[in-house]
Amino acid sequence: MKQSHAYTLYHPKWYRRRVSTWWWTQQWRSFKFILRELSSLAVIYFVALLLWLLWSLGQGEASYRNFLAWMESPLMIAFNVIAFLFVLYHSITWFNLAPKAMPVRVGGKRLPDWMIAAPNYAAWVVISVVIAWFILGGN
Amino acid sequence: MAKTITLEVARYRPEQEGEPAFENFDVPLNKDWVVLDALNYIKDKLDGSLSYRWSCRMGVCGSCGMMVNGEPKLTCATFLTAYDPGPIRVEPLRYFPIVRDLVVEITDFMSKLKAVKPWIVRDEEKPISEGEYLQTPRQLDNFKQFSMCINCLCCYAACPVVGLDQHFIGPAAIALAQRYNEDSRDQGKEERMDVLSQHDGIWGCTFNGECTRVCPKNVDPAGAIQQYKIKAVTDWYKSLLMPWGKK
Repeated sequence: MKQSHAYTLYHPKWYRRRVSTWWWTQQWRSFKFILRELSSLAVIYFVALLLWLLWSLGQGEASYRNFLAWMESPLMIAFNVIAFLFVLYHSITWFNLAPKAMPVRVGGKRLPDWMIAAPNYAAWVVISVVIAWFILGGN
Repeated sequence: MAKTITLEVARYRPEQEGEPAFENFDVPLNKDWVVLDALNYIKDKLDGSLSYRWSCRMGVCGSCGMMVNGEPKLTCATFLTAYDPGPIRVEPLRYFPIVRDLVVEITDFMSKLKAVKPWIVRDEEKPISEGEYLQTPRQLDNFKQFSMCINCLCCYAACPVVGLDQHFIGPAAIALAQRYNEDSRDQGKEERMDVLSQHDGIWGCTFNGECTRVCPKNVDPAGAIQQYKIKAVTDWYKSLLMPWGKK
């Protein structure tokens, strides 16, 4: 930009600062926020993985074994562990935010946050245990 | 000599500078002084050309919001001693165009605020002879928190969505819309929903939560927006399942 900044009375020169593409690296808080946003990709990934599993199961035994062999490769295991950590992060932050989005009032008073988060966590654990029991108990 | 602290104040004088630059001032570090007192000291004793907005000095008017060490703060409620030994960096509110020094341009916010009709909307006013609109303490409690907003714009300066998308209607405007939606005397929910259910309304919000964190009046705009989202979704399902019902 040219350095000619003659002051004009009726046309104020507002200064606008551009937001950097890397704004989220400036603070740990914003970085965690972007990690959380990214974690939704891991959620999509596991949904796709489940659909893939069902699809290969439908294709017959050979296809299913092929799928399992692919899942046992160290590369896939490493990838899935990382994706799983992202999903855990997503779930935990989700449950922690729930009381903020859904305050419950009883007798005109707002319930403390933990009383809304706790049943969410409890339901999560119960459902996870039931699913694990189905999968692991079958053998 | 009494102890001093250095203020690095952002200066932007469009007739002199192409972009903002910092100027340092040493001010007395009095233990009962807030950043606004220091700015007033600079203007009175050191450089009378410094421009900034302020009015009430007691956290009510919402004029003196600025960035203090990168955080949006009401400068009338931010003590110098909290930053000892300094320096303290004072900048205009982030994401707003800068008019001069610490003064930002807020016309855009004013038009967004007006768009959500932050006043009591009635289909029909009842005649004065029928008396006032009564409200129970519990009905007042429903919206009182949101009514504490003083339009200081700290939440806009904190919100990354405001920075990235200038059309986003923003935290305070939505919280104030909610203040009137939750008011038992109001009948303007539908009109406000038309504005707020747009992409640039509640759905622009990513629930970063910064607005609530910085709010000097504990308004919780982030909570207001998420509650509004839930309401918008349930209303949509209701209208889908029961199209004959009252909208």
